[in-house]
Amino acid sequence: MIGASVPLAVGDRPINGVALTIVIILFVVVAALGFVAARWRREEATGLHSLDEWGLGGRGFGTWVTWFLLGGDLYTAYTFVAVPAAMWATGAVSGFFAVPYTIVLYPIVFLLMSRLWSVSHRHGFVTPADFVGGRYGSKALTVAVAVTGIVATMPYIALQLVGIKAVLTVLGLGSAENVLLTDLPLIIAFVVLAAYTYTSGLRAPALIAVVKDLLIYLAVIVAVIYLPIKFGGWGTIFDAAEAKLGAVNPATGKPAGVFIPGAGSYSAYWTLALGSALALFMYPHSITGVLATKSRNTIRKNAAVLPLYSLMLGFLALLGYAAIYAGTKPIDLNGAVNPQLVVPQLFLDHFPDWFAGIALAAIAIGALVPAAIMSIAAANLFTRNIYRDLIRPDAKPRQEAKVSKIASLVVKFGALIFVIAMDQSAAINMQLLGGIWILQTFPAIVAGLYTRWFHRWALFGGWAAGIIYGTVAAYNVVNPVTKANFGGSIAAIPGTDLQVYIAVVAFAINLIVAAVLSLAFRAMKLPDGKDITRSSDYGADEDDPKVAEIQREYPLGEPGAPAF
Amino acid sequence: MSSPDVPTRAPARYGPYIISGILLAIAVVVPLFVPAYSVDEPRLGGMPFFYWYQMSWIPVTACLVGISYWLVSKEDRRRRESARGMTTAEGEP
Repeated sequence: MIGASVPLAVGDRPINGVALTIVIILFVVVAALGFVAARWRREEATGLHSLDEWGLGGRGFGTWVTWFLLGGDLYTAYTFVAVPAAMWATGAVSGFFAVPYTIVLYPIVFLLMSRLWSVSHRHGFVTPADFVGGRYGSKALTVAVAVTGIVATMPYIALQLVGIKAVLTVLGLGSAENVLLTDLPLIIAFVVLAAYTYTSGLRAPALIAVVKDLLIYLAVIVAVIYLPIKFGGWGTIFDAAEAKLGAVNPATGKPAGVFIPGAGSYSAYWTLALGSALALFMYPHSITGVLATKSRNTIRKNAAVLPLYSLMLGFLALLGYAAIYAGTKPIDLNGAVNPQLVVPQLFLDHFPDWFAGIALAAIAIGALVPAAIMSIAAANLFTRNIYRDLIRPDAKPRQEAKVSKIASLVVKFGALIFVIAMDQSAAINMQLLGGIWILQTFPAIVAGLYTRWFHRWALFGGWAAGIIYGTVAAYNVVNPVTKANFGGSIAAIPGTDLQVYIAVVAFAINLIVAAVLSLAFRAMKLPDGKDITRSSDYGADEDDPKVAEIQREYPLGEPGAPAF
Repeated sequence: MSSPDVPTRAPARYGPYIISGILLAIAVVVPLFVPAYSVDEPRLGGMPFFYWYQMSWIPVTACLVGISYWLVSKEDRRRRESARGMTTAEGEP
């Protein structure tokens, strides 16, 4: 992690040949699928030469494909690695909150996302910032939403690489001495990923997600049944976890973790769950998954069936406790303890090599699906809301697809350099900040789905206030052991002792500022932007004609359009 | 607006929306009320209450969202049919 950790040179691991072979075979199969996907359900006349085709898979995914696609998109490899790692290291508050988070997520998705689908269908919006631009006619607000989306997504992609790295390390690839050799498999995997995303667009992760999700379900179901039987039941596993988490850490003088939250942690626990749930569908890659669906009701149907993934995530989290009982030793290449290796190591220690290979491949492939979707989503944001809105207002669909393809490459290599050149903790800190930042686009996007009461510049002011507070508050959280900044995402509400998720406080500040400024700006009679949407658009379904086909109208694209 | 705002749906009956709203609110608020489940006992198959209670809310939420889907999509279909019926009737030459 930090330079202070002592390299003991015990890190070199033996290579596990059987498991490695299985991982390589599955990786090759998946790569082939990625390239074949370019021909899947393709319109022969147009090919993939538009953002609707390349960036949204033709806007035609039905319930099944969407279930796999969103499952692979939201429950990322990093989640599979980090959630049990957090359980293993510090217990329920930082780990198990993922369960209530992915429960309350779906009612929220049910409420919001079909409206966003409808208005985007009518107007051909590809990104959340497209919608904000069409609704408020404000360049500043549109760019703010787009840039927040891109900046929040980049470290998220980098974390997927961290997930692959955990798998490769456990497999024995890499050495403490030769850095280039360590990173080479990662670089190869990413180049292949970049190549098939470039040729096939969103169709590639959609097809791969099916394979990946089936493998992950297989691995988790087997582990959750087999390991407790082997270890003598859940009771002994939980008792071991309770003992470890309750032990006092000599460095801080506090218990190592939380087994069952006490009254002091209630607010942290539920605000983490709620804030993360509100934020998740503001991420561009989630919205890309929603807009790629065929009909208004597809996402609603999925809100009822996607929780199956949450159940899997819950059991996977408990594997962190199983690893405590089993005494799993997640030792990284430099000899330091790296909790992220807990789950891969657990599989390798307690299963036959071939099955461990399947489980590890599932995690590694699980990183490729979200990384592809995230890079496509970020590229679409760049193309639509920076390239088109700011540079080339008359860009044709073909040009947009071209720019987006190249942008997706840039985004992915940016993430790769991030992970190789910088410390892993930098990616984790940035991801933590990204979660706080992305929630600040919620008022602009979601309030706009229901009302135009908020003034566009007030929403911009609220966004800025939320970002500033969130960044400062996160910086001021100091890790009690390493004394580093960005030590976590929990802080007291200013002026109180109540510990809550920083993003939620920033969100509240954002809303208050936006509301107060809206009243002020309306009183000052500042001009509203042009709104191209109508109330009927928000209820339109797939059989209603697209407005974009009847008239090409976009306020930011007109000559002499308001600049701010 | 350069083209008229043609309604895509007829006016709503509030019943299904209010019921779904209540179901969805339950699915959000109850799993977040930590004091209700932050205890060890009773255990289920060795699993503390805190853990199995939250896990069991996953299928419950799925059902609540499923019921809401059924209610809302039924009403949605009625509104759409009624709106389209009106526009075709008026649009006939």
